[in-house]
Amino acid sequence: MQELGAAFAEAFRLVATLDPNLREIVALSLQISLAAVGLAALIGLPLGAGLAVMRFPGRGVLVVTLNALMGLPPVVVGLLVYLLLSRAGPLGHLGLLYTPTAMVIAQAILVTPIVAALTRQTVEDMKEEYLDQLRVFGITPLGMVKTLLWDARYSLLTALLAGFGRAVAEVGAVIIVGGNINHVTRVMTTTIALETSKGNLSLALGLGVVLVTITIAANAAVMALRVSARRLAYA
Amino acid sequence: MPDTALCRDTGGVVDQRRPDHAVLPIECRRVVVGRSGRRLLDGVDVSIDGTGLTVILGPNGAGKTLLLRVLANLFAPDSGEVRWAHLRPDRVRAPKIGFVFQKPMMLRRSVIANVIYALAAIGMPRHECPSRAHEILGLASLDHLAGTPARLLSGGEQQRLALARALATEPEVLLLDEPASSLDPAATLAIEKMITTVRGRGTRLVLVTHDIGQARRLADTVLFMHRGRIVERAPSPDFFENPAQAAARAFIEGRIVL
Repeated sequence: MQELGAAFAEAFRLVATLDPNLREIVALSLQISLAAVGLAALIGLPLGAGLAVMRFPGRGVLVVTLNALMGLPPVVVGLLVYLLLSRAGPLGHLGLLYTPTAMVIAQAILVTPIVAALTRQTVEDMKEEYLDQLRVFGITPLGMVKTLLWDARYSLLTALLAGFGRAVAEVGAVIIVGGNINHVTRVMTTTIALETSKGNLSLALGLGVVLVTITIAANAAVMALRVSARRLAYA
Repeated sequence: MPDTALCRDTGGVVDQRRPDHAVLPIECRRVVVGRSGRRLLDGVDVSIDGTGLTVILGPNGAGKTLLLRVLANLFAPDSGEVRWAHLRPDRVRAPKIGFVFQKPMMLRRSVIANVIYALAAIGMPRHECPSRAHEILGLASLDHLAGTPARLLSGGEQQRLALARALATEPEVLLLDEPASSLDPAATLAIEKMITTVRGRGTRLVLVTHDIGQARRLADTVLFMHRGRIVERAPSPDFFENPAQAAARAFIEGRIVL
């Protein structure tokens, strides 16, 4: 029990003093997860909105597949990306394995279905309200996608937040494709796993505190933004 | 800026005012819409052309709104056909038919952005939109609210904005679906004043209502609908003074028409 208390005290000291090692790990984690969410947004937002607006054969199958992909097991994604990027793999020549880029790719694969599926639902709900008016203006399907994405922007923050939550807390995929190399690919979750196995609870706990704080702060920021948007009737 | 200032330099977007983008006459022939064994529109024939304001009058469930939606190509009938200027309806000419819904749909944007959206839809160059939008808002007495989120406006203001936004596309014909049905007398008066102004500019108007008083005040021509059919069509004075059909007479006299 005393050991645990000491670990907590040391953890808070690391956080309070902005320990350089801890800072480096947190910064890399944020860089990778934000990049992954950015990439997922570039693909997932138009993909989800397109599925919401357009009608074509096979759309239902796509929607079901997209929803199912939200539950992709991270280790499976990690394994697939590993096979793609490993020296013998089709993209092995790019030399991306065990780099932050590989981690971004893995996380983006995990996050894109979440962003796309939540976007589709949000945009489809809004489309019900907008459709007649947009048809009266003669807006093309592509124009509808743009309009709905813009007008749903505050609601879609929740989709991006859900994606960020998935990315920043994910460990299975990034440990496979990143390798948890010190000062190169070591992020919060992989460090927590490693340090816990080594019995170094203080750093693991410190990172745990930061991870939870980041998640809460991101949620609070998005909630505040949505509340102010709702006050202006934009959400 | 006069109305003609809508720029012909459309940056590749179709100029909606070209004669080949005309929509009048709007016609529907033998239009049938059925649901659950009941005919909501039962072989309706109608042609909207010329000038003036036609009121489609009738009790709830007569098919008035549905007919308006069919005319605007917002609803595909089970059978029969709709023609705009003798051609099948198409998206390019859609903005030439303005439509004001009973419940206005406001974009989640400011008041002026709602109007600018409509101007952009007809290909107005971006730099010209704000000044034209202010002009249009002036018509609806909403210029002082230009920066306000549209969804924060009152019901009457939203409906005025919807009407102004519909006019932004310079429609050849404006379809109005009970635009004042949920408004108080002052807001209704404001809407009717706008409608009168628009009629004065030569825009063809079709107004759906079950408000007899409003029909009397505004109509040049009346189409009376009952059970999915147009049972009477007549100039407004004739219709109100001497309705030919029993259902129309009962409706005018305020009796319950089922």
